[in-house]
Amino acid sequence: MTTVDGRHELDREAERLAYKPPEIRHDKQGDMASEERINQAMHHFVKNFNTQTASYLDGCLHCGMCADACHFHVRTDDPRYTPIWKIELFKRTYKRQVGPFAFFYRLLGLKRHVSIEDLEEWQHLLYDSCTVCGRCSLVCPMGIDIAGLVSMARHGMFKAGLVPHELHETAKTSAETGSPLGITPEKFEERVEWMADEHDVEIPMNVEQADVLAVMSSIEINKYPQSIAATAKILNAAGESWTFRTDGFEATNFGMLSGNAEWQKKASMKLIDAAVKIGAKTLVLPECGHAYMALRWMGANMYGKPLPFKVMHISEYLADALNTGKIKVKKVDKSLTYHDPCQVSRRGGATQAARDVIKHLGVDFREMEYGGDYNWCCGGGGGVITIKRADPLRHRVFKLKMDQVEKTEADELVSSCANCRQSFDDSQQHFNWDYTMGSLMEMVAENLEEGNS
Amino acid sequence: MDLLAFAKGPALQVAAYIFVAGTIWRIVGIVLLKEKVDYSEPRKSAGLMAALKVIYTRSFTASPFKRATLYPKMLAYVQHLGLFAVIFLFVPHIMFFKGFLGFDWPGLPNNIIYLLGVASVVASIALLVRRLTSPVLKLISNFDDYFSWFVTVLPLVTGLMIPVRMGLRYEDILAVHVLSVVLLMIWFPFGKLGHAFLVFVTRGTTGMVFERRGAKT
Repeated sequence: MTTVDGRHELDREAERLAYKPPEIRHDKQGDMASEERINQAMHHFVKNFNTQTASYLDGCLHCGMCADACHFHVRTDDPRYTPIWKIELFKRTYKRQVGPFAFFYRLLGLKRHVSIEDLEEWQHLLYDSCTVCGRCSLVCPMGIDIAGLVSMARHGMFKAGLVPHELHETAKTSAETGSPLGITPEKFEERVEWMADEHDVEIPMNVEQADVLAVMSSIEINKYPQSIAATAKILNAAGESWTFRTDGFEATNFGMLSGNAEWQKKASMKLIDAAVKIGAKTLVLPECGHAYMALRWMGANMYGKPLPFKVMHISEYLADALNTGKIKVKKVDKSLTYHDPCQVSRRGGATQAARDVIKHLGVDFREMEYGGDYNWCCGGGGGVITIKRADPLRHRVFKLKMDQVEKTEADELVSSCANCRQSFDDSQQHFNWDYTMGSLMEMVAENLEEGNS
Repeated sequence: MDLLAFAKGPALQVAAYIFVAGTIWRIVGIVLLKEKVDYSEPRKSAGLMAALKVIYTRSFTASPFKRATLYPKMLAYVQHLGLFAVIFLFVPHIMFFKGFLGFDWPGLPNNIIYLLGVASVVASIALLVRRLTSPVLKLISNFDDYFSWFVTVLPLVTGLMIPVRMGLRYEDILAVHVLSVVLLMIWFPFGKLGHAFLVFVTRGTTGMVFERRGAKT
């Protein structure tokens, strides 16, 4: 039996049979007046300007090449998804208010004021259709880091109360409870105990002094709890003095994704304080892309001085442990392809680590066409996976990823990011796709040499 | 004072002042912005060499983007190389520069310069057609894009008219050519033509930030 989706009305004016498009949703937080929202958005965009960002906004050639690198544009041909267009309002404000010739722009009225309607429209461009993957930054002939500008624009949007509802609520829950999924320290402890029993592995918790602090992401704790056991097996096998802590276990940072710098700092400081408290020499981040960006490259700046410990993504830790012989793995007789999390590889610089791990696993490694630093994003990064209204667009974009994976004809597909993994899982279900995303870390844990596990 | 004397005299002088002062103002306005210290532990040392590396490497297109950007990149290369040759390797221009720099350098034969000038104009027209027809470029383009195109192509066209004459007096065409250069120099610091110097800042800072992370530049 065929059922009709009754959420949308039939468009009786259309020349062909069609449904009216859904009403466009513009989310707002708080009850600020429109003018105040505009001022907040622009002020918080420009307040942290430096030479780098100012030259980016001043230097754009309007060549449009970034459109060819963006998965949202490539899959839709919608010119609004041209990456540099996503920051057009902010570029306009920069030139009108801050740039070296702002006086002339204002005097001659060369750049019109940004309106609240503009900002509402840009909510879709800055959040729903940008994963901050940074692929566009690599094609720009001027070398402009457009993804970095999108993150700055999100700071303005947050202060203006113009964040997609789901992302805002996720970030708010995270700021209030310490976890985007509301996982309390007690719940985390319960999960750890459950995994310790289930997988018969010793998992140290709340040790007072340890060399290594391991942290997890809520996505793993909730959806892929076996990652907890896998992390423990690996760190035990490496003979580390390590621990999980209930006062600092959540690696995700929705403050960063939503554009709230205070919440970003709060989340980072929890981990930093826990690591400092136990005298950790290393903090091992889980399979999470944005967590790596938040702590590895931004954490010390939140702390206000260099961190007194090393920050490693789990793939970096695994590569190091395998390269130095701390752990050993059995050869895996399969072909495998690897999806690079954008924030770990392209923007984080740890592209080689996963490949070192894969080499030790001895698999028939099938690199995707233009894999590694030029990899297509899964479409769910930058908080996009949380935004329900963005689902149709995200699924459309995912086709690029499917093509990339299928061309390798590999037996297995793995990544090193739980957010990518849930994005793959969701799209797999949507398309009834054959490939199931796996975890590189779990593959290592499953194949640790006897006597090493 | 005839038109040529005006163009080569006060007009060019005022344009030169605006060009120099405007360029310095724009660069200083950007370079003097506050810089935050990055406390993250660098994966690689990334100083001036990283900046220079990206200033050089970003002149070329990375493999994944070659097919999509081949046409505009090719046109941009022809346009820019043509402009460079016409401005700096045309013997009468070298003589002009020698007038205030005090030294000269070897130039290219005139016929080659004319050929490169024509190629640059043709490439510029093709780029304009692209800007007017591509949905992406139509959306993101503004007055600056079109006016900067105009003030760049005008001196090329007026310069190429000098040897052709077309029944006009040499002095008059030369005056128009110099005035078109005056217009270019006056506009240069304010609009997108500033990329001629900003390119070193944008590519350089990106090089330093991302090389520090050991990330792809």
